Amino acid sequence: MENLNLVLPEIFISLSIMFILVLGVFKKDSSKITFNLSLFVILITAIITINETFSVSRETLFNESIVVDSMSSLMKIITLGGGFLVLVISSSYLKTFKIYNIEYPVLILSSILGMMVMISSNDLIVFYMGLELQSLALYVLATYNRDQLKSSEAGLKYFVLSALSSGLLLYGCSLVYGFSGSTNFDIISNQLKSDEYVLTFGIVFILVGLAFKISAVPFHMWAPDVYEGSPTTVTLFFTMVPKIAALTVFIRFLYVPFLNLIDQWQMIIVFLSIASMIFGAVAAIGQTNIKRLIAYSSISHIGYTLAGLATASNEGIQSSIIYISIYVVMNLALFSCLLMLKRKDQYYEDIGDLSGLSKNHPLLSLCLLVILFSLAGIPPLAGFFAKFYVFKAVLEQSMYFLAIVGLLSTVVAAFYYLRIIKIIYFDQEKDKYDTDHSLWLKFSLTVSTILILLYFIFPSHLIEVVSRINII
Amino acid sequence: MNFPILSSLILLPIVGTLFLFFTKDKDGNNLTAKYVSLFTTVVNFLISIYLWISFDQSTSIFQFVEERTWIEGFINYKVGVDGISILFIILTTFITPLCIISVNNSVKNRLRDFLIAILVMESFMIGVFCSLDLVVFYLFFEAGLIPMFLIIGIWGGARRVYSAFKFFLYTLLGSVLMLVAIISIYWITGTTDVIQLYEIGIDVKYQNLLWLAFFSSFAVKTPMWPVHTWLPDAHVEAPTAGSVLLAAILLKMAGYGFIRFSLGLFPIASEVFTPLIYTLSVIAIIFTSLIALMQEDMKKLIAYSSVAHMGFVTLGIFTLQQQGIEGSIIQMISHGLVSAALFLTVGVVYDRMHSRLISTYGGLVSVIPKYSILFMLFALASLGLPGTSGFIGEFLILMGAFKDNFLVAVIASIGVILGAAYMLWLYKRVVFGKLINEDLKKILDLNRSEYFILSCLAAPILFFGFYPDPLINTIEVSVTDLINMHNTNIASK
Repeated sequence: MENLNLVLPEIFISLSIMFILVLGVFKKDSSKITFNLSLFVILITAIITINETFSVSRETLFNESIVVDSMSSLMKIITLGGGFLVLVISSSYLKTFKIYNIEYPVLILSSILGMMVMISSNDLIVFYMGLELQSLALYVLATYNRDQLKSSEAGLKYFVLSALSSGLLLYGCSLVYGFSGSTNFDIISNQLKSDEYVLTFGIVFILVGLAFKISAVPFHMWAPDVYEGSPTTVTLFFTMVPKIAALTVFIRFLYVPFLNLIDQWQMIIVFLSIASMIFGAVAAIGQTNIKRLIAYSSISHIGYTLAGLATASNEGIQSSIIYISIYVVMNLALFSCLLMLKRKDQYYEDIGDLSGLSKNHPLLSLCLLVILFSLAGIPPLAGFFAKFYVFKAVLEQSMYFLAIVGLLSTVVAAFYYLRIIKIIYFDQEKDKYDTDHSLWLKFSLTVSTILILLYFIFPSHLIEVVSRINII
Repeated sequence: MNFPILSSLILLPIVGTLFLFFTKDKDGNNLTAKYVSLFTTVVNFLISIYLWISFDQSTSIFQFVEERTWIEGFINYKVGVDGISILFIILTTFITPLCIISVNNSVKNRLRDFLIAILVMESFMIGVFCSLDLVVFYLFFEAGLIPMFLIIGIWGGARRVYSAFKFFLYTLLGSVLMLVAIISIYWITGTTDVIQLYEIGIDVKYQNLLWLAFFSSFAVKTPMWPVHTWLPDAHVEAPTAGSVLLAAILLKMAGYGFIRFSLGLFPIASEVFTPLIYTLSVIAIIFTSLIALMQEDMKKLIAYSSVAHMGFVTLGIFTLQQQGIEGSIIQMISHGLVSAALFLTVGVVYDRMHSRLISTYGGLVSVIPKYSILFMLFALASLGLPGTSGFIGEFLILMGAFKDNFLVAVIASIGVILGAAYMLWLYKRVVFGKLINEDLKKILDLNRSEYFILSCLAAPILFFGFYPDPLINTIEVSVTDLINMHNTNIASK
């Protein structure tokens, strides 16, 4: 008998989804209760994950199609934490647009379930199942503000392009299956030989599919439009949670089934990384909408994460995971600020709307200052350490070109972050924004800003947790 | 000595800022904030004086060393001072309170935020001068960009945005290569601890590239020709207190970096690249002096003179002679005092007339004599008149240069003459001549706080001009040992 405790989080969350859905359908005016219940579910799931799986070094289940190891449990916890915070700060935004419905938490929960399956997958089919579950939920979430044209457009775009990338991915999977005779990652890893020419196509298709999901250049086109069009809270979800899951799968693919084919994929990853870093930095300069700007900035941040992956070393993987964790916190902080730019039931999203913010809202501006400098990677803020670890790992492998290009593109990226700071601090002030924000919003902004600001005092804790992850 | 005196020097200004957050600006003024920050910085100054008194001058070993594990198995937070760094710390703690007093006149809005920025800046700068780990050094070195960017951008003049961006991006671009070098050093030697690196030494085959990476950062920060162009912009647009900090302390970080890291860690490469430094320094001295001659804006003129003076500093450092390096350090300290004083004197008339153009002025001597006398003192100190601290530095540098390379020394000496030319001409046009501008007749002489600040700066300039022994005694052993270490390194390769 398998040790079902290891998949207890997934089982619990799927049962809860069904329950909440039923409850929502049959009980009237149940939005509030479903929201609270979902938060509770995420919390319980996180606790179960910590309890049951955190100490497991590596175990497999169901014919080795599910793997539970230190990476999967850490990433699940980050995913759940991200999901929790998104849900908790969504309510006032959704109420403003009168879309505070039961479907929202249910969709978020289902996509989280999909991601958890993805993170734990050790088999092509299980992986694809998880991927589709999370994608389907995300398509709907993107169009969630259905009365707005932009939101529908975002959802449609995301659906079409994402379906295309899923197709590519599936095709790649079938090629890999053809060559290895198995869908199991471990077996594939043993069966694949690098001298088979057509196999490269399979790898490339899979990598392209995954690059789509994490919006690495040149497969990033969907990101700015979708980010801009989706409701802000959904955009927040997009920039954080699916990226974590997709990154985990990326790591899993590269370092389990394709481990022996390093020569074939390393150049691809290096290219994706460099292209994303440079393009993300350059394209963000001309943006006027904050959400679009965040989309480009997230593209360049993904570039740095990929730089860690390209090293083919445990340090590199760990540094990528540290990077994405710190990035998640920074993003949360940034979006919390964005959600505070509200005046009389209207949310503001243009960079120009930040003009002179520091005069009327000194504290909010200070938070933004910290967050933006951190995103730009200026010490002693957390963002610097994220980059520092990545480049430390990159330089260990003597990949000087990647490191220098990466660091130079941080200078370009610094420009557009500085531009926002300039608008906040140097420009003329505008009308005041509302200050009666929900407690959770203030809480998430405060906590995340403090984490960013004071990370340098205790940098060892995060490293300690992440250093347990040894994939290779 | 177990009390973490250096860490408290770094932390105290930060603690001060925490108090500042609880104060409020009223009608553009905030006495509480001013007193709190003044108190903090004065205490910091006293601590640093205590540090100097209890400092043992007879050894070049790092003193007051503190070490704590920071990132497990990778970086230790390590600070300590030797004869070279201690002077820069005192310079920092000395200039900052003066900046805060001068704020009275030059900063009109958001005073509290300005004071916070200055205090944070002080903390970072002290950190730069006492860190003994490359990563810690880099952290402080880069972090200083944030407050300076805000100081220029928020409280600066008309083109402040352009200048702030230029300042930030230039220095960031220079520094990122240094980060690559620092991480590479870690992978080559297994440590970023400066003291250990001094002992182990770095393999010769890496030295040249690493030296260049460090150079790219320090050259921008010094600033050396041809990457000096950010400095005049930043100076002109920054508020007076910002210019003072920038000229007096920020520029010294690079000179200090050259001595501590470029010379100390890469002795072979330093020999290799000496001609490059010589060329750039000489060009900086002559070329920027000529540019300074043609300036119509007083602040710009002083900014260009800073570039020229820093040219002397880099020249002195890479003579690799006892006199040259000692001269450079004294020149940096002296320039810290003199340029601060000059920017403040310009600030004084700017606050009254709101013009930095030389042509606005003329004949000041008959209206504001006290001001004119002090201005003369600083102008003479800047051109290196014997009896002022500027002379000692320049003289030692040229002495070192003559020992090492005759031609370079001769050309640099021409720079001294040019320095005298632009400074005296500036003085003549501003202070002497006919009083044409009617508005000038109503101008007031120095008020109490201005008088106090400028006298505070004049005193050490004169004192060290006549009696430089306290400075030389402090740095002597450290410099001698640095050169000995350098020579043994060269000999062994």
